[in-house]
Amino acid sequence: MSLLSSTTALLGKELRTEFRSRELLTTTVVFILMVIVLFSFTFDPTYNESRRFGPGLLWLAFLFAASLMLQPCFLREQNNDTLSALRLSVSDPFAIFLAKLVANTLFLLFTEVLMLPVFAVLYNVPVLRVLGQLLLVFFLGSLGVSIAGTALSAISAQARMRELLLPLLLLPLLTPVLVASTQVTVGLLDATPFLEWKGVGFLLVFDVIFLTALWLFGEYLLEE
Amino acid sequence: MKKQLLAAAIVFLLVGAAAYGAFFVAPTERTMGPIQRIFYLHVSSAWTGLCAFFICFVANILYVFRRQPQWDWLSISAAEVGLVFTTVVLVSGPIWAHPVWGIWWTWDARLTSTFILWLLYACFLLLRTLVEEPDRRALFSALFGIFAFLDVPLVFGSIRWWRTQHPQPVVMGGSGSGLDPTMWKVLFFSWFAMLALMALLMRARYVMEAARGELEMVRHEAEAV
Repeated sequence: MSLLSSTTALLGKELRTEFRSRELLTTTVVFILMVIVLFSFTFDPTYNESRRFGPGLLWLAFLFAASLMLQPCFLREQNNDTLSALRLSVSDPFAIFLAKLVANTLFLLFTEVLMLPVFAVLYNVPVLRVLGQLLLVFFLGSLGVSIAGTALSAISAQARMRELLLPLLLLPLLTPVLVASTQVTVGLLDATPFLEWKGVGFLLVFDVIFLTALWLFGEYLLEE
Repeated sequence: MKKQLLAAAIVFLLVGAAAYGAFFVAPTERTMGPIQRIFYLHVSSAWTGLCAFFICFVANILYVFRRQPQWDWLSISAAEVGLVFTTVVLVSGPIWAHPVWGIWWTWDARLTSTFILWLLYACFLLLRTLVEEPDRRALFSALFGIFAFLDVPLVFGSIRWWRTQHPQPVVMGGSGSGLDPTMWKVLFFSWFAMLALMALLMRARYVMEAARGELEMVRHEAEAV
């Protein structure tokens, strides 16, 4: 099987598993909602303040949610003893990572898109006029989070205290994603919105570097 | 044992000489005064810490491809020693900054990236304590070490572009920033002394880790019997 066909098959499996229970998506959505509400108590969410702090809080909420959401990614395979079967079923182990990271990106994007109107309404931030550009940043940011997170969840699944370990390993690694996506979002939510191409390019570079690293070293992460 | 004592004595003398150079040979900086002498400890520790992390990164790659436990032992020694030197940087920085800038800390590119670097390698060491099986521990920490090291230039770039609002308030803004030739000499000598200290510490830590690795192996064999 080629990389593409095995990835599509595995991606179908990931999506089916999630949409049968929808556990991951519902808990993540509620988690982000809670962070958005709780954050409003830490500063005065006026029109101007929200524009300054809003993007940062939104991305922090996404990052924390992702570090929880990516937890079961490999843990599930391990608990069900399906990792060996997965490895045997594909010729290139990169397909497993690719399928999982595409699925995670889709899940993250889905929750982000769902939460964006809630954020816009609660914090009085106009998002409709820059929706396309916002989705581009959401996509590139979530892709970066998913690439690093999928790789690290393969590590944390096999360690003790794994629930704590994944955020610990993932969050410092994602500093560049947080900084760049927040900055681009700040520009987009400005009174005169602008798209900072430097930030978009930076996110792209992050994604490419970590995807290459995962492609080079991913197979070692799945060793028994 | 004798050789180690001799090496330790040499390193002790080197560090002592570097301290002497920093306090008595280097000229007093015009605007900052004597406090600037912490610069020789601060900058040389920062460079040495980076060298240690680079050694750790190389050891990580070699472990992944060769699977010899020696590279794992080297990587943990380098990471721990690097973390110690980076801690020195993070502590000496505010001590220097407070009288000069009037603040303990500023979130500029170098400070913040050093802090994130410190966090990444602290997590590297933490990860090692949480994986029981030695081969798996070595492999996973090596892979995380590779990801962490790749992340460092990105962290620095992102913070430099977006989080540093002002030009560097530091005197040594790069080459040709007007550092006195004697200052350069003392700085390089301090760096050399710190590198010697790093080598000494890393060697001691490596020997310890090797002994631990062998003990683990023997224990494992004994359990199997």
